[in-house]
Formats: sequence, C-alpha cells, structure tokens
Amino acid sequence: MGEFFTLSVLVATAASAIRLATPYLLASLGETVGQRSGVLNLGVDGVMLLSAFFSYWTVLETGNLWLAVFVGLAVGLVMGLLYGVITVFLKATQGISGIGIFIFGLGLSDLLFRRLVGTPKPVRRLPNVDIPILSDIPHLGAALFQRNLLTYLAFVLVPVTALLLTRTTFGLNIRSVGENPQAADSLGVSVERTRFVAILIGNSMAGLAGAALVLQLGIFQPNLTQGLGFIAVALVYFGAWRPIGVMGGALLYGLVNATVLHWKALGIIPVSDSDLANMAPAVLTILALIIVARRVHAPSALTKPFTRH
Amino acid sequence: MLKGVIGALVPLLAAVLAFAFGATMLVALGASPLAGLDAMLDGAFGSGSRIAATAVKATPLILVGAGITIAFRTSVINIGGEGQIIAGALMSTVVALSFPDLPAVILVPLVLLSGAVGGGILGAIPGALKAYASVNEILSTIMLNLVMVQFMNFLLRGPIMDPFELEAGTRIPQTQRLSDNAALPTMIEGTRLHVGVPVAIAAAVAAYLILWRTPTGFRLRAVGHSPEAARAAGINVKRNITLAMTLSGSLGGIAGAILVFGSEGQRMVTDGSAAGFTGSAGFNGIVAALFGGLHPLWTIPSAMLFGALLTGATQLQRVLQVPAALAVALNGIIVIFVISSTPVRGWLQRSLADSGLFNRSSDSAGAD
Amino acid sequence: MKKQWRLNPSILVMLGALALVGAACGGDDEAPASGSGEGGALRVAIVAPSASDDLAFTQSMVDSVNALERDVELSITDGTFIVEDAAAAIRGYAEDGNDVVIAHGTQFGASLMEIAPDFPDVTFVWGTASDTQGLANVFAYAPAADQGGYVNGSIAAALTKTGVIGVVGPIEAGDAVAYINGFKAGALAGGASEVNVTYTGSFGDVALAAEAAEAHLINDVDVLTGTAQMVVGAVGVAADAGVPWFGTQANQTSLAPSLVVASQVYHWEVVLEEMLALRDSGVLGGQAFEVNLANGGLVIEFNDAFELPAGVRDAAEALIEGITNGTVDTGS
Repeated sequence: MGEFFTLSVLVATAASAIRLATPYLLASLGETVGQRSGVLNLGVDGVMLLSAFFSYWTVLETGNLWLAVFVGLAVGLVMGLLYGVITVFLKATQGISGIGIFIFGLGLSDLLFRRLVGTPKPVRRLPNVDIPILSDIPHLGAALFQRNLLTYLAFVLVPVTALLLTRTTFGLNIRSVGENPQAADSLGVSVERTRFVAILIGNSMAGLAGAALVLQLGIFQPNLTQGLGFIAVALVYFGAWRPIGVMGGALLYGLVNATVLHWKALGIIPVSDSDLANMAPAVLTILALIIVARRVHAPSALTKPFTRH
Repeated sequence: MLKGVIGALVPLLAAVLAFAFGATMLVALGASPLAGLDAMLDGAFGSGSRIAATAVKATPLILVGAGITIAFRTSVINIGGEGQIIAGALMSTVVALSFPDLPAVILVPLVLLSGAVGGGILGAIPGALKAYASVNEILSTIMLNLVMVQFMNFLLRGPIMDPFELEAGTRIPQTQRLSDNAALPTMIEGTRLHVGVPVAIAAAVAAYLILWRTPTGFRLRAVGHSPEAARAAGINVKRNITLAMTLSGSLGGIAGAILVFGSEGQRMVTDGSAAGFTGSAGFNGIVAALFGGLHPLWTIPSAMLFGALLTGATQLQRVLQVPAALAVALNGIIVIFVISSTPVRGWLQRSLADSGLFNRSSDSAGAD
Repeated sequence: MKKQWRLNPSILVMLGALALVGAACGGDDEAPASGSGEGGALRVAIVAPSASDDLAFTQSMVDSVNALERDVELSITDGTFIVEDAAAAIRGYAEDGNDVVIAHGTQFGASLMEIAPDFPDVTFVWGTASDTQGLANVFAYAPAADQGGYVNGSIAAALTKTGVIGVVGPIEAGDAVAYINGFKAGALAGGASEVNVTYTGSFGDVALAAEAAEAHLINDVDVLTGTAQMVVGAVGVAADAGVPWFGTQANQTSLAPSLVVASQVYHWEVVLEEMLALRDSGVLGGQAFEVNLANGGLVIEFNDAFELPAGVRDAAEALIEGITNGTVDTGS
C-alpha cells in the first residue's frame, strides 16, 4: 500500500482519472442541458460512437486533429437535429427513441468502420498542452495542467454550462420549459424551439465527448465506448442536474477506475480479485449518492412531450 | 374496426420505410435488397423450427418487457434488465449445481423460481434505494448492470467454474454442464420451442392481471399516477416502489433462468460482457414494452416482432455475407421510424374520426 | 400549421438518415469476396465472435482458412458474440450444405452439442477447446499459447533495463491466462525481476486498457505485452512512450511499426489441414488438436524494423528450438 502513496504514482493516478473523466464529463454536461429542458436522451452512447468514428476517420484521412474535433462536434449536431425532430416535433417517446438512436449509432459506426477502415490503424493522439506557469507547479502541475485541450475545454464548460443555465435568459427558458412548459408557453417562450436548441447543445457535446475519447486513444474499434454514454446519463442523476455535481460524478467515477488500475499494476489488488475490484467504480458511485443524497426533484416535465392545450 | 387496421398499418408503413433504407444500404454493399428481405423473412418464419427459434428469441423480451411495464406503470424507470437477467441466471445456476439430482418435476420449477428470486433481489436493491435513500433508479440500475457483469465473470472463472477447466488448464469461464433434470422440456420435437415460451406468456398475462385486476396493482398504478395522491389515500408509496422494482426484476430473472436452461444449452458461459450472455434482451425488452404501449399483453406480439427482426438479421448476415453491423443499424432505424410514426398514427386516427366515417370515440388508449 | 409540423419533420428525419446512409455507402466499392459456384471447392463456413479483421482472435482463423492449400469457398458470420445468434448461424451453414463449419469460440460448445448430431455428414471444427465433448463429427483445437508467451517473455527480459515488465489482459480466463502465465515464466526465467499483470475486466474497453498501460509505465515498466482485442489502446500508449510491445494471436506490427518486437501468430491452417485430411479419409471428427511451436501452428513473427540487441534473436531461436524438442519446459 505504501507504494501507492508516492507522489509520482498519485500524480499519475490523478492524470489517469482526468483522462478517463473527460469523455464522461463532456457527455454528461450535454445531457444535463437536455434534461433541464425536459428531454431525456438515452442515445448518447450511439451519438458518441458515430462522432468517435468520424473523428477517427478524419484524422486517418487528413491527419488534421482540429478538423477531427470539428467533425465530431458536427456529427453530434446532425444527430441532435435527428433526435430533436423525433422527440420535439414528432413527439416520440423519449426513452425508446433514445435507445433507437443508440442501436443505430452502434450499428452504423461499426458498419462504417468495416467499410472504410477495416483493420484498426493507429492515428495521432491529441497532444498534451502545458498551461504556462501552472504546469510548473510541482506534481500538481503535471497532473492537472499538462493535459490536452479537449480536457481543458471539458472543465471550462462546467462553469460555462452552469452560468448558461442560471444566469442567462436562454438558460431560464430551458429550465422553465423543463419544469412547467405550459406556463412557459403562456409567457411566450417557444417550448419547441427551446427544447430543440437544448437538444442540439446536448448532442454536440456528446459529439465532442466521442471525439475526445477517440483522439485520446488514437484508435477506433467497433463499440469503442462500451456503454460509456449510459454511464454519462447516470452521472447526470448523480450530479442532480447541476454541472458542478456532474463534474463531481465524472471525476469520482474516473478516479475510482484509475485507482483500481494503479492498485492492480502495483499488485495491491491481487489478480484473483480483479473482477471484484472492477465493481468498485459502480458500487462507490451508488454509495456516494446514498451518502450525499438530497431530496432533489427531477425537472418536472422530463420525458414528457409538450402539446399545447 | 377499420380504424384499428389503419392504426396497425402505419407502424407497418414505417417499418417498410425503414426497410427501404436497409435496401439502400444493401445495394451499396453489393447485395440485392429483395434477397435481403427474403433472407430476413425466411430466417424468422421460413420453417416451423425457425418460427420456434423466433419465439425462443422473443421469450426474454416478453419477460423483461412485462417487467418493464410493471415498473414504468409505477413510474419507476428500470434500465437494469441486463443485470437482472444475469442475477436470475446465476441464482438458478447455483441452485441447479446444488441440487442436481432432484427430479425434473421439482427442479424445473425450482430453477425458474430461483431465477425470479435472483432477479427480484437485483430489482429490489434499486427499488429500495429509490424509495428509502432517494437514489435515482436510472443511475443505480445502470451501475448495477456493470456490477453484475463483473460478478458473473468472477463466479464463472472462480467458485462455479467447471472443475474440468481448471484440471485441463483451459480455464474457460463456464460452469459444468448443468443437470439434465433442470432442462426446460422441448415442446415440439425437432424444434427449439421449449417450455420457457409459454412460461413467458403466462408471466406477461400474470403481470396484466396483477396490474389491472388486483388491489396490489391498483396501488402500484396509483403510485405511478401520482405519488402524492396515493400517499394521501393511505398507500405506502415507498413499499410499492420497492415492490414494483422487485416484481420487475424477478421477471427479468426468470428470463435469465430460461436462457440458461432453455435457450443456451444447459451451461452458463461468459465472454466477459453482458450482451454476450443476455443478447441485450435487457434493453430490447424496454423497446418491446414501449412498442406494446406499456401493456403486458401487447408486449407479447411486440416482442415476437422484435424477435423476428433479430433472428431474421442473423439469416440476412449469413445468406448475403454482409456485416452483422448492418442488421444492428437497421434495427435502430426501424425503432426510430416506428416510434416516430406513433403521433402520425394518432393524427391519422383523429383525422378519420373527424371525417365522420367513425362515430365511436377512441377507447383503445384506455390503458395509457 | 399543425399539419405542416407533423409532416415536414418526418421528411427531415429521412433526409438526415439518408445523409448518414449515403456516408456509410460512399466508400470504396470493393466487390464482396465470394467465389461462389466453383465446382469441387470445399465449402467452409466460419462463425466467430469478433470482427474478421480484429488483428486478434477472429482474424487469426480467417487468415488461416485463406492460407489453406486447397480450393475453399468460404462464408463468414463474424461479430456474433451472442451465443444464440451464433448457434442459428452454425445450424444455418450446416443446413446450407457446407462441408466444414468452424465454430470459432469456446462459448459455442454447448450449442454444438445440440447441432452436431443433427448433421452427421458435416464436420464441425470448434475451438478453442481441448476436447470434442464426445461428438464424432467435431474436431477441437486449442493453442499452446504459453509457448509463444514464454518466448516473448524471455525476449522481453533481455530488453528490460528496469527489470519490470507489464502485462495487460482482459479477464483471467481461457487462452489469456495461458499466454500470460507462459510470458511470466519466460520473463522470470530470462532474468526479469518483476512481471506485473493487470486484468482490466473487459475484452472491449480500449480506454481502460490504455490507462492500465499508463499505470504500468509509472511503475517502472519498460516493456509491455497484452492479449485480446482491447490491447490496441495499450499499444498506442506503448508507442507514445517508446516502450517495446509484444503481440499475440495475430501479427500486431502495424499498430506500432517501430516498437512491436515480435508477435505470436496462430496458424490454425496447420491443424485444419490435418483435420481435412482425416475428413477425406472418412473420419469426420472426434479428435482434439493443438497448435504449438513444434507443429508450426504457432509462429513467432519478428518485426525486422525493431533492432534487437546482438544475440537476443539467436537466443530466442534457440529457445524455440528447445521448446520444440522438449528440452525447455514452459512451466505449464
């Protein structure tokens, strides 16, 4: 156990945790925006898979990482258009259409990969960028301020999303159509338009999450996310629909995963117990929520399509 | 009558549109769309044994779907089908390993029952957590799915692994072949149609009867309709939320037992993932339940259709040699299209009613 | 007004989906490979759990069948990790009149128990498995993965400066254990001081595999290996850190052209040829085969772009020789 509490290992664990948390955080923040407007999207995983594939393919073909990030975002946006039309205008049941999007993304990303790439080929990964001055802080600098730009972006988006939701008119609209769409409608807020835009934001962030995942790994293979998008949805509930809480959830989940891996590498967790140790991230997330559980109410109109009476 | 027919036709039209997309994809992959459709239909309904295979494929979807119905009707969103199936399978496997010599007439019901107990426990946990600790059930069920996969891997490569695997050094993570006395009897010789199919149908009927014909069901639905009103009426909301998740989980658990002792050849084996064992029935069951309008009885045909889609897809891949991913993408499109068409169907029905051709008001939505 | 909203969006949905479909299909149009209708060709079908170009387990079998000496008409159903679907495919191929159906997945064994007796004229080939479950028309195959692991491990021991070697595995079961235990034994016998093994708990989680490799690197590891599909993530980490990598199941050189030292590659065709010869002589099954270094079914493929220190390659060749003639014990 002593070996774990050396600075270099702790720093590496923190760095692992942040890398693992980045895609969760981006996707969860997006899902938070959507849910605050009253729209549940269970299709995050499918969106992430599609954007991850297209990002990967872009790097493979052009070598341009920033174009790849942009493509990931754009694929998220397109999927957002699709999901928005289905849920807001066609008023399809959200749970089921989300699962439809998931299955579609799972299959199509796999098919595209088989058709356009075939065998996994490595591509360039997102480079780490040192933040001047901060990255020179002993140990802490290496853990926190020598990361890639999408990671910084994810964490910057936490306060940005929080401010968007609480301090802007648009944020107020989002929350009001999520809580009481009839009242919002009677005050002249377009429920449909507000939700549609919230969905676009949410899916774009899921798209960024897919890009972040694949560009951190530098490789794609079928079902790359392994259900990551569903965990991201779960973390929204962990964070009680607040960006800061969502960040807490993503970091906790990433940190437990990273710690388990480092303990395995150090032999602190014996090989024979490794499956039991693998339960830790999920179990601890539930336990943490039991401890900090407050009576939070979901956005009242969550999953309910709006029809003007 | 005609209205009902049209109501049924619209989702069918959506499915046809989805197939049109599939056809486009097939052409792009260099295969004939007609041959594709033919292969799917042939795979799902081409012979007695294939129809039986479709029914077998639909069985866990019916059970999970019926369970989902109970939970959703109580306003509890159960996404833990995958974990509950695994829990039921593990529990029934352990029972079959412990009492291999019991006569079939006892052991078969016993493994089904223990499946229900295993799944019920895994449903009760998120139910109780929601009711008594305010832990959102979507979060806890998703997390418990992850936990159960690891627990399954742990058991199958450890405590309940086939001793032969250790001896031979192959260490395949599977149990020994389980007692034949626990095998679900085949109903029609030469097909895979086993007793699990009527069990699932009976379970769906039972779910219907519980929900709409018993005081328990009344309380569950009252909680689902409005917890505040239910509480005011003296209903114990917390206990009913836990009960709904327990019932829901136990149906998934029975599906797990049926997979082991009916569908997957009498032994439990893991490839390390949940879907490798469940075939994603925990998710597909949700789709089946929602297609069925969250009505346990409608879940049966809806699950059968989905089962046909899945077995047809296997045939499609084999006959046309196209990637399995095509069938997966196609299933996703079909789900999206059919679900998007529901309002269109409603609009059509209303238009027909408005036109004065029908004077009977819509009562089909009574269960909603 | 309402009407418009109802109908236009559905067109939008279609357009969106069409765009995606178009993207899916706009790729280079290779004709699907199928040599149908050649008279006298042996009809072989493979049913496998992962993608046929996964650079790992499934690819090893597809490459092997393509390497067979005789004229083969091959059908493949891949990505069928769901046992029930695989069973349907296996049965379907048998019904279609294939001569040989290869069930390339341990987990398909229980289904074969039901299917094989129904098709006594079809030879079923099943692996990885060490026995045929008493079925007369089933051949079983398994790799002595510990042997290649042992060779890889001993080369790794010669390359490490810190003496610490890292391994990334999926779950502690099946071939993975054989390879990893062999690797460990070889590395320790070769003078490494420590071999740290991490089982990530998943065959598919690339991100976890990558972080597992990172965790090894901070713990003084300077040589890595791993097994199963998700190691592509770990290879990427090794490549970025300039750490040598050892592959298994298929040749993984393309994943890190300058840092993959050697790969243990499964050449199932060696035992497949034996099985087919038996089939020609009227024996449709009932025997279990093993691919190993001695029969050429396991081959250590070196990457010539990686310059091994003088003598290491020769020592490895000598070790292979020793394992082949039985003078070296891999400890399994």
